[in-house]
Amino acid sequence: MMASSYNAKEEDGHHSGASSHGGAGAVKSKKPDNTAFKQQRLPAWQPILTAGTVLPAFFVIGLIFIPIGIGLFVSSNNIKEFEIDYTGVGESSPCHSCAKNFSWNSTTPCLCSVDFTLEQPFESNVFMYYGLSNFYQNHRRYVKSRDDSQLNGDRSALTSPSKECEPYRTSEGLPIAPCGAIANSLFNDTLELYHIDANGTSNSIPLVKKGIAWWTDKHVKFRNPGGNGNLTVAFQGTNKPVNWRRPVYELDPSDSENNGFINEDFIVWMRTAALPTFRKLYRIIQKKPSSTPTLPSGKYVLNITYNYPVLSFDGRKRMILSTISWMGGKNPFLGIAYITVGSICFFLGVVLLIIHHKYDTRNNSADIPN
Amino acid sequence: MFFSPPVFLFISIHLSLRQCVGEEIWVDSRTVYIGHKEPPPGAEAYIPQRYPDNRIVSSKYTFWNFIPKNLFEQFRRIANFYFLVIFLVQLIIDTPTSPVTSGLPLFFVITVTAIKQGYEDWLRHKADCSINECPVDVVQRGKVVRTQSHKLRVGDIVVVREDETFPCDLILLSSSRHDGTCYVTTTSLDGESSHKVPGQEVDSLHATIECEQPQPDLYKFVGRINIYKDKEEPVARPLGAENLLLRGATLKNTHHIYGTVAVYTGMETKMALNYQSKSQKRSAVEKSMNAFLIVYLCILISKAVINTVLKYAWQWSPDRDEPWYNHRTENERQRHVVIRAFTDFLAFMVLFNYIIPVSMYVTVEMQKFLGSYFITWDEEMFDEELGEGAQVNTSDLNEELGQVEYVFTDKTGTLTENNMEFIECCVDGNVYIPHEHEDLFFRALCLCHTVQVKEEETVDGIKRGIHQGRPTSFYISSSPDEVALVEGMKRGLFLFARLELKPLKKINEHEKVSPSLCQDCLPFRFELLHVLNFDSVRRRMSVIVKSSSGEYLLFCKGADSSIFPRVVSGKVEQVKARVEQNAVEGLRTLCVAYKRLSHSEYEEACHHLTTAKLALQDREQRLAQAYDIIERDFVLLGATAVEDRLQEKAADTIESLHKAGMKVWVLTGDKMETAAATCYASKLFRRSTQILELTKKRTEEQSLHDVLFELNRTVLRQRSISGYEIMLSVDCLDFGLIIDGATLSAVLKPNQEGAGPGNYREIFLEICRNCSAVLCCRMAPLQKAQIVKLIKASKEHPITLAIGDGANDVSMILEAHVGIGIMGKEGRQAARNSDYAIPKFKHLKKMLLVHGHYYYIRIAELVQYFFYKNVCFIFPQFLYQFFCGFSQQPLYDTAYLTLYNISFTSLPILLYSLVEQHVTMETLKKDPSLYRDIAKNSLLRWPVFLYWTCLGVFDAVIFFFGAYFLFDNTTFTSNGQMFGNWTFGTLVFTVLVFTVTLKLALDTHHWTWINHFVIWGSLLFYVIFSLLWGGIIWPFLNYQRMYYVFMQMLSSGPAWLSIILLITVSLLPDVIKKVLCRTMCPTISSCCALSSPFSLLAAP
Repeated sequence: MMASSYNAKEEDGHHSGASSHGGAGAVKSKKPDNTAFKQQRLPAWQPILTAGTVLPAFFVIGLIFIPIGIGLFVSSNNIKEFEIDYTGVGESSPCHSCAKNFSWNSTTPCLCSVDFTLEQPFESNVFMYYGLSNFYQNHRRYVKSRDDSQLNGDRSALTSPSKECEPYRTSEGLPIAPCGAIANSLFNDTLELYHIDANGTSNSIPLVKKGIAWWTDKHVKFRNPGGNGNLTVAFQGTNKPVNWRRPVYELDPSDSENNGFINEDFIVWMRTAALPTFRKLYRIIQKKPSSTPTLPSGKYVLNITYNYPVLSFDGRKRMILSTISWMGGKNPFLGIAYITVGSICFFLGVVLLIIHHKYDTRNNSADIPN
Repeated sequence: MFFSPPVFLFISIHLSLRQCVGEEIWVDSRTVYIGHKEPPPGAEAYIPQRYPDNRIVSSKYTFWNFIPKNLFEQFRRIANFYFLVIFLVQLIIDTPTSPVTSGLPLFFVITVTAIKQGYEDWLRHKADCSINECPVDVVQRGKVVRTQSHKLRVGDIVVVREDETFPCDLILLSSSRHDGTCYVTTTSLDGESSHKVPGQEVDSLHATIECEQPQPDLYKFVGRINIYKDKEEPVARPLGAENLLLRGATLKNTHHIYGTVAVYTGMETKMALNYQSKSQKRSAVEKSMNAFLIVYLCILISKAVINTVLKYAWQWSPDRDEPWYNHRTENERQRHVVIRAFTDFLAFMVLFNYIIPVSMYVTVEMQKFLGSYFITWDEEMFDEELGEGAQVNTSDLNEELGQVEYVFTDKTGTLTENNMEFIECCVDGNVYIPHEHEDLFFRALCLCHTVQVKEEETVDGIKRGIHQGRPTSFYISSSPDEVALVEGMKRGLFLFARLELKPLKKINEHEKVSPSLCQDCLPFRFELLHVLNFDSVRRRMSVIVKSSSGEYLLFCKGADSSIFPRVVSGKVEQVKARVEQNAVEGLRTLCVAYKRLSHSEYEEACHHLTTAKLALQDREQRLAQAYDIIERDFVLLGATAVEDRLQEKAADTIESLHKAGMKVWVLTGDKMETAAATCYASKLFRRSTQILELTKKRTEEQSLHDVLFELNRTVLRQRSISGYEIMLSVDCLDFGLIIDGATLSAVLKPNQEGAGPGNYREIFLEICRNCSAVLCCRMAPLQKAQIVKLIKASKEHPITLAIGDGANDVSMILEAHVGIGIMGKEGRQAARNSDYAIPKFKHLKKMLLVHGHYYYIRIAELVQYFFYKNVCFIFPQFLYQFFCGFSQQPLYDTAYLTLYNISFTSLPILLYSLVEQHVTMETLKKDPSLYRDIAKNSLLRWPVFLYWTCLGVFDAVIFFFGAYFLFDNTTFTSNGQMFGNWTFGTLVFTVLVFTVTLKLALDTHHWTWINHFVIWGSLLFYVIFSLLWGGIIWPFLNYQRMYYVFMQMLSSGPAWLSIILLITVSLLPDVIKKVLCRTMCPTISSCCALSSPFSLLAAP
């Protein structure tokens, strides 16, 4: 039965309510609010990307980027950088024998020295880096193989390190401190720099090892267990990493403040690099108070205590000396990129201007007959 | 109890019933003992059935099964299941990212959904509870006992008072009204009100009711009541839908009804059965989205496979696999290489799984749900008269509103007001306009016929009129035509009708139903004997009356096509001519005929009707047969004409839809001429439109085959001639097709000859494709759905929309991609079954052109952007594998991996997809042709998808290699200290977040304060979060890799410079593409956006 309600038109137009619509009040409440949001009429800014509006932006970007790029490029070029590979791959290279005869068990360190010449003097502070190639510090198994709680001085983590540290978690039944693959493979070559002056005497260049790690790492993230008291006691019941020669509390015999987990070389190493070829800050050569350059041009000798094997995985070791500007080390890429992008924007601006002009007139002429 | 008839009596009844209904299967029906009075004992044939109690359970869960059941329901969704698998893989094997990264978002999504569903279910529980515990009066052992609703049993006698809701499906036994009827509104069911007829008197009644088992059709009920009286043959009476009071309906205008008996209870009531959800419609956007998902799944798998293969190729030398500084654990070493490879594959899958983001589903769902509120909130779609605005029944199809290619519309009530006005009548070929007082005799005949019917159905309306002390009356009828006729008569016979109302009512009090007519205050009284109800197949209705002089008369009224074949005498020619003329003028015509019945004829008719009405099964069919036998050999009296005015702005709407590239089809049951006139009036056909006719009249002259081919040729010729000048003038190309139901079914019939040259269906579709407007007249409801199906299945698979207001439109509303119901005068059925309901046809314009358009561009951008931002996100990780020995090392920190999609980039796109307006609403309304810009899913086609993906890959390459070359072997800081891999990742991530957000900012055309707030807020949130995340040693984390990483990065000048550079480079191609597209090949909407009063510099 298709029944329905239908009210014939009434003379006074009053609603009968026979079909139960409710009174006027009900009608009112059902009516949607006339708010700008509900009616989708919020005031709005309506920008449109057209040739006309984008053109100036392109020119402005071009005009800003090109000078920045030039500035970056120039300052990058002013940075002096010297790099030397001391891996000892070639027969003739001084560290060849050390590299060849490397054994984990040898007790006497293998020494070698590399001569090099700086053509130009290095002004201001000079930063000394060691660089490794083909070393996958960013391998997942490697990256996670650490225990941050242990490194933060947590006592329970010291005696029972995280499982992530496997297989570098325990040795000889004792927990390893610091545990994990990263700590285990700490870079342990010692580099010393000597300047050979005109007389042929070699002067040791003072290398500062303070300030090579992030301040926050050194002071907050890395903490020794039980503060900086007697570290030998604090680390009792733990074992040194397998590949280490000395326990962690004897990393720096010369400076007691630089031992344990807060050893700066250790902290620098623990910050895993992003790419398989990387460099890490090793020492800082502070500028001299006098006006003489920090590293005058001339002959130098790099003395290496060769402890770190890289040939097994076809790796390379380098020593890098570099000055630094406000924008960091030598990196022409950023400057070139800025100049390129700036020029492209400028060029596009010109092209768009032409297109805009051409189409605009065509559109206008097409509009007229309509 | 007090009544125990002999055993044999009962058996004989049973046998007689069996004979009466033939070979029916008794399991299909149920027997209800009224008042639980046992039937005569020993009746094995009545197997006592177990009925559920009257508890309504609309809730899905109980307290105990909520968690398992809800989880099961949620994980049945393929996306959730996928993320669950990823999560489990992360839990089981050693994967690069912690299970938190996928577990947290999944947990978030699952929890939010569970809370929402739980809340909804709690509301349902509460509603159920209040319904189940509401008090009900039941007659027990002669006393009225108050009990709770859920304790009702089948067979209970229930007392219902005015304004109370029926607690279950009831059969009306007696009413407090004198005529024994009651009046109910079923607004909560279908928005209709109707008038119910009683079954029986209640006092000391001993009876059983047999009825069919519960079924969901609200308008169908077949049953029979058997009344046992002492030592007498039981009396059987038919019960139909008019005796059934549905649960959920409310009793009106009746003080109380007694002795209603529960037949269906609890979950078996028709209301409960109708809760079943309709089949799900899926939008075109959703389909493309799923296609894109599959592509991304393939990309994901191939990425994982490539990396796994490369990993093992690279690891071939043991120096690389296990250098001295990086050994495996013993466990790992002992694992078989195949297992290891498989684990690696899974690990890569996990690493890259973010390319299919869990948040996309949530965002899309939220966008649809929240976005649909804009439709309900729209003030312009609010109708003051109805007091209702647009209604959204499903939010899944919002964007489909922007994709409509075919609009199928009903005529009556949709295009037209369905507000009929009586125009004229024609008796024996003479035309009378109301207000003329002549020839009262003929008018009285005409009047008599209609008013009788009216009177029977308008009791309530009249009563109301009197109550309010006003002389005018309301006529309530299932057909507005009838109301118009009665109104017209009233106008013509103003005095009599008004004067007679009260006495008329009083007279009626004695006889059950016997309306009377008066002329000059002399009432003619007729006794109404039978009503042969109207149905859309017969297209006519009849009444059998006995006049005061004892004559039996049968009056019939119906469509001309259904009356004329049955007429034997009368001035057929004149009336026919008049009817056709009226039809051309767009008036609805009805023909009136009568026949005199002798007593024996009457008896025979009665017999036919009662046997048919008593049948439990196939009752409809039997009734139709009976009607067919009775309604024969008429004498034609005349015809009436009723005008149905076009709805406000219907023509404007149709014109807009045409301009928007939609093809509008009118499907109507009306006569061709009437419908065609409406089509002209509504500008569906214009003066210039060339009309092609495919009607029965034509196919009678030529064969269908020839007609089809001829039309096809005409269409094709015209197209080839003017093919090159299409753009110059649209008018000369305009075709309109008119087809009628009979021809349509011939066309759709499978070709019997088999050898016929091609399918008619194809040719018909070809013709239709070239017609801008099609009118299908004389359509049966099912044919409407057939047409929609036909177009849907044609080879372009166009998106169809059906709009209608009546029950006869429901089938096409359900069939079409988008179904729109008009909250019309023919009830709520269409609105209830539709996806969207609007008050008036004119609202369709805004619905499609504005809301549909907006929703489409919004969701299209949402989908594309989501894939884009996840390509940008994951592709650098893929590239990074080449530099970390394929070790699945993630580039970003866990927190970034987790929060990227949840919080850093989620809100801007959600807000964009809610408020974006690429052109203003006014422009969209003013220029409907803008709709063509987005036709055929244009923003989600493969080239567009490819563009977005390529853009994502390009950006990802820029991010990664930009950072790579900047990081390459150099210092970033002015104090010489070095950065590690996490700084590298953070740099890439920072560029990523900024680029992706700014890309959205570039796409935003409509910057409200919300957009500003969300876009800049998200970026700010990212920075603040990073500062916080890296600023503290988090005690609950077992790693502190991010400690001060972000701050150290910000303290370096080159990092800032490279971030700016990389963002600029990443955005550059998109900007150039935008500018070039706008300049070289502008779309219409972009032109409109330009010419809009806002300019770049216009302040908000």
